[in-house]
Amino acid sequence: MKQAAASHHREISHKTSVRRPSVLGRLRKDKWMYLLLTPGVLYFIIFKYVPMWGVLLAFQNYQPFLGFWKSEWVGFEHFRVFFENPEFFMLFRNTLLLSLYNLLFFFPAPIILALLLNEVRISIFKRSIQTLIYIPHFISMVIVASLTYVFLTTEGGVINELLNKYIGTKIDFLSSPDWFRPMIIIQTIWKECGWGTIIFLAALAGVDVEQYEAAIMDGANRWKQTWHITLPSIRSTIVILLILRMGHVLDNGFEQIYLLLNPLNREVAEVFDTYVYMVGITQGAFSYSTAVGLFKAVVGVILVFGSNWLAKRFGQSGLY
Amino acid sequence: MAKQYKTPAGVAFDVTNYLFLGLFALVSVLPFLYVIAGSFASDAELTKRAVFLIPETFSLAAYKFIFSTDTIIRSIWVSVYVTVVGTIVNLLFTVTMAYPLARKGLMGRNTLLNLIIFSMLFGGGMIPTYLVVRELHLLDSFWALILPGAISAFNLIIVKNFFQELPPELEEAAKIDGCTELALLWKIVLPLSMPVLATFTLFYAVGHWNNFFSALLYINDPSKWPLQVMLRQIVLLSQAAAGDLNNMDPNFVKPPEQSIKLAVIVVGTIPILLVYPFLQKHFAKGVLIGSVKG
Repeated sequence: MKQAAASHHREISHKTSVRRPSVLGRLRKDKWMYLLLTPGVLYFIIFKYVPMWGVLLAFQNYQPFLGFWKSEWVGFEHFRVFFENPEFFMLFRNTLLLSLYNLLFFFPAPIILALLLNEVRISIFKRSIQTLIYIPHFISMVIVASLTYVFLTTEGGVINELLNKYIGTKIDFLSSPDWFRPMIIIQTIWKECGWGTIIFLAALAGVDVEQYEAAIMDGANRWKQTWHITLPSIRSTIVILLILRMGHVLDNGFEQIYLLLNPLNREVAEVFDTYVYMVGITQGAFSYSTAVGLFKAVVGVILVFGSNWLAKRFGQSGLY
Repeated sequence: MAKQYKTPAGVAFDVTNYLFLGLFALVSVLPFLYVIAGSFASDAELTKRAVFLIPETFSLAAYKFIFSTDTIIRSIWVSVYVTVVGTIVNLLFTVTMAYPLARKGLMGRNTLLNLIIFSMLFGGGMIPTYLVVRELHLLDSFWALILPGAISAFNLIIVKNFFQELPPELEEAAKIDGCTELALLWKIVLPLSMPVLATFTLFYAVGHWNNFFSALLYINDPSKWPLQVMLRQIVLLSQAAAGDLNNMDPNFVKPPEQSIKLAVIVVGTIPILLVYPFLQKHFAKGVLIGSVKG
């Protein structure tokens, strides 16, 4: 035993010597590496893989006092109840519409902003603008929701005071179903549009200058240069980001929606994530809400793989 | 090259473009300027003038009031504590896991990497994770705000890739000089990785400071609420009392609800605006390290 330890010790101090092929030997040789891995591996097991196994709750009638092992198995009962619930259609519609609006109105915004910034030739102006438009990205969603509230409330909100002064009417943006979706999209554009330009600006910086020079020789104006050189050069970045976005169509961002959600706009505001929170955490229906969450996760995985397959078909390298 | 910019159409475009971008930048910061101005204004002014950036009256009443009890102060401390401890845990967990994963010869490395990538695609979701936290008796504990997010799989892979790209000659040279594995990590790899680590420190820290979701899920005890939850209670729900008139000078006039809310928003925003200049130096680089290559 002592001898083994001694030889082991020698092995460590002479790493460059011939590698031992045996499993035990390799484990021993890298024992410090495995020790370093331990906290991270424990983290992934406890907080990622145990909850994955926990989705089995969706097929049970989980009772906290009985625990996982003694709770009754009910198969797809919760899924059936969910699909038959009229709320299912509402959640699906709200989730998809918010994603669709995001894709239509928010997605192109950073691209356009980056193209405009790229036309700026005074570098100090460009850098100052960039500094300012990145700020909202770092502000918490609660602050953004608070700003929205302070500006839009009918009781002294700036926007409503102005409306009242010039049009003589107030609009209850915060509890009107008609205004919920525009409010969410405008919030997203305000918060993330500037930040979103970073990646496109980086792509734009990689465009070959000689191409522009050649185009100018051929008499191309700025608009033609943008259309024929700039946009095609950043196309692959645009396509990859679009595909990434498609894979997350069911994720609307819990915090943003939850903070603006109220009983008056619920019919357009409630999405899968907020519903899982409401039914699961506040009402304690663990199994049912786990089933809703699982449904969302499975559709999400299908979308991710589907869009990755699409990416490859479009000749992109794919993401996974 | 410059000639084409001087045509009338070129000049017109430039002017419009500069104006538009200037306006966009202004809109990005204007709300903060209004909120800061409004938090110092008096009740009369807030109702009289809808829009202003410089208040006529300068009053600290709203701030005196919100700091008259320890409600806000306590939640600031909770946020500071969770941010500091949480960021240290994040870095420790991320680095110690990324370093072994960066070694190509390590047995089981590919399996682990695949399991990590799988966890990015599919997760148990809100309820199973909540039940794990509950079973560990972490509800109402600050660890519930720290441990469930100890590693971001995405950041982990970026740090791993960075370690992997360090020149292998450095490692060989250090080993010939008798450097042990851990000394190698501490004395050579980490100092070389400072720019990446600084970026992630800032991103993790901002994430903790801004985190609302975990506290909403796991913290029920109002005395343990971080600032973001307190903000929601005061501004959006008008439910928490930020101050107490009994603690004030008898001549003190309670400031209007609106300026109290504005003052609370300012308190929640200031820390980010203070670290922003430091952040800014690093983040563009950090974002691009992690971005998809075009």
